[in-house]
Amino acid sequence: MKIEGNELIISGVVASIDRDNIDTDQIIPTEYLKSIKKYGFEDYLFDGWRYLDDGKLGVLKGDRQQNPDFILNKVPFDKATILLTRDNFGCGSSREHAVWALRDFGIKAVIASSFGDIFYNNCFKNGVLPIRLSKDQIDNLFKAFDKEFTELTVSLDSKKISQNETELYSFEVEDNLLERIIYGLDDVDMTLKFKEKIMSFEQIRKKEKPWIFSNE
Amino acid sequence: MPKTLYDKLWEEHHITTLESSESLLYIDRQYLHEVTSPQAFEGLTKKGLTPWRLNANIATPDHNVPTERGKSFQTENILDEISKIQVVELDKNCNKFGIKQFDITSVNQGIVHVIGPELGYTLPGMTIVCGDSHTSTHGAFGCLAMGIGTSEVEHVLATQTLKVSKLKNMNVRFNGNPQSGVTSKDIVLYLIGKIGTAGGNGHAIEFSGSYIESISMEARMTICNMSIEAGAKVGLIAPDATTIEYVKNHSQLSEEEFDSACIHWSKLISDTEAVFDKEIEIDVSLIKPQVTWGTSPEMVIDFDEDIPDLNNIEAENKRNIELAKQYMGIEENQKLTDLKFDKVFIGSCTNSRIEDLREVAKAVDGKSVSDTIVEAIVVPGSGLVKEQAESEGLDIIFQKAGFIWRDPGCSMCLGMNPDQLKPYERCASTSNRNFEGRQGNLGRTHLMSPLMAALTAVNGRVVDPS
Ligand code: SF4
Repeated sequence: MKIEGNELIISGVVASIDRDNIDTDQIIPTEYLKSIKKYGFEDYLFDGWRYLDDGKLGVLKGDRQQNPDFILNKVPFDKATILLTRDNFGCGSSREHAVWALRDFGIKAVIASSFGDIFYNNCFKNGVLPIRLSKDQIDNLFKAFDKEFTELTVSLDSKKISQNETELYSFEVEDNLLERIIYGLDDVDMTLKFKEKIMSFEQIRKKEKPWIFSNE
Repeated sequence: MPKTLYDKLWEEHHITTLESSESLLYIDRQYLHEVTSPQAFEGLTKKGLTPWRLNANIATPDHNVPTERGKSFQTENILDEISKIQVVELDKNCNKFGIKQFDITSVNQGIVHVIGPELGYTLPGMTIVCGDSHTSTHGAFGCLAMGIGTSEVEHVLATQTLKVSKLKNMNVRFNGNPQSGVTSKDIVLYLIGKIGTAGGNGHAIEFSGSYIESISMEARMTICNMSIEAGAKVGLIAPDATTIEYVKNHSQLSEEEFDSACIHWSKLISDTEAVFDKEIEIDVSLIKPQVTWGTSPEMVIDFDEDIPDLNNIEAENKRNIELAKQYMGIEENQKLTDLKFDKVFIGSCTNSRIEDLREVAKAVDGKSVSDTIVEAIVVPGSGLVKEQAESEGLDIIFQKAGFIWRDPGCSMCLGMNPDQLKPYERCASTSNRNFEGRQGNLGRTHLMSPLMAALTAVNGRVVDPS
């Protein structure tokens, strides 16, 4: 993400995948969840579509047989920063690895008509902006994509998507979620400011519902 | 104002409303497993923090443990080096922080959603989280239970709270008596087929109705387990006499604790006047056995119904259906009953409890697995389920019929351990996800009930279970 003027902007190449219900297993297959690290998932993003051979954790892109037809293997989409897709993106499991793979690849925003609930939430914790547009708007973007544009610009400030200075659509996202992306806020630090409140809540709970704590 | 069960659980755990308009909820229980916890522990260490309340946490390795372990198996015996690292890491973190773990050598080890209830750590009215979307399973006990991401696992470890926004309320009422051969798995698959995998997005689904009241805790867990496949991260069933009886048999509470808890638990119901944002009523007597044909749990039909024909569908869905048929290797005019199966998997947190295994044993007793099936495995959900099954002689029935009897774990539900499909193999599976590659690269998964999977093993094909 770069700051241009006073606006926060995500801009760059858009890769499109014309499918509904892309689930977390497709974003990153289970094989790669064996990592105990939080980074380094870029080469496994959309593994099943991106490669013709079977992958393994630790075997990187250079040693794999790439599927030349898959969009992320084509120039300029191999450097995409925005992903355009359809409905219910990121449904399936709660694993944050799916967002980590997108993030590590360099995807900073995903545009879809809807998202899996847990995935949506996970995005904001990892600096990826999920953008919801209506089905019709998504349809229009798909129709125009590649013929009229391959790049888009997203303004986090004004919550607008534009192409070559022309505003296309505005989108909605809760400010507090957006701020997490803008300032890279850490939830644990923020919550620990309420330490006293949590402790007194816990004390009352212990007194009123002792069975909850009974394995202590 | 009248309240739903979800509203009540929400209020009971609500600490404060944050500036961001989210709420801080108190978390009673967190389950941990080897896949989604390492990075959370790392974060905790980096910040110099320790778990807020140690005994709120219970850990067990399940996702990538091998299921052919036999006796005296140790973590060092895991052949896949990368899987081993995760299991070792969980051992290390639990030892370092002092978290209770049922490790790979424990008789209590198992799939986290199976062991929680059976060891009595899941109690009605709790908030329960785990870095796993099928945490919704515990909603069967009237818990506010949901899957969370790894950053949130760290947050709960560090603060005993979760930052969340309130969901909307949805009520699914299942009334009537099911036809013979129709199980709770069929009923939840049917619902997903009706409302779609995004149908419950943004909602907590409460399941109610005479059918729900009539079924066991095991069957209720199967239904709540798959609320996530219906798009809802929270599924709920109000505690009743069946729940109390189960908890009585499984929890370690003293009589005094249990009695006072019961008084509270009896209040955990939606008020009769409570308003839901969405309501659905389903007559279960009309439901036939369900089997998925495609690559999403919503691509499900009656076992003898026609698979959608590309010539008769609206343009909007055409592409999804075409891709799914291609992936699944289904030709035009082929029916589910025409397909030849290669493997059968009985297991997963959806259907690996004792009741499921009994049902399978009953269906295969004295029969044998078809010659055309290359492998049929039964993977119990936990060490205790395994023990119980063996004490009833179910393992003998399975083995005589030609099934392989395994040690507990997630196994072929997601193929992180050696149990995987080979490309193009077709599998009858009692698990919950039929996504592309879920059970192995290019593998083809058909979700169904344990009964249907048992019959598929014997016949090599899907048949009428009634
Ligand atoms: S059995 Fe399958 S769905 Fe359940 S926790 Fe394990 S991997 Fe997840």
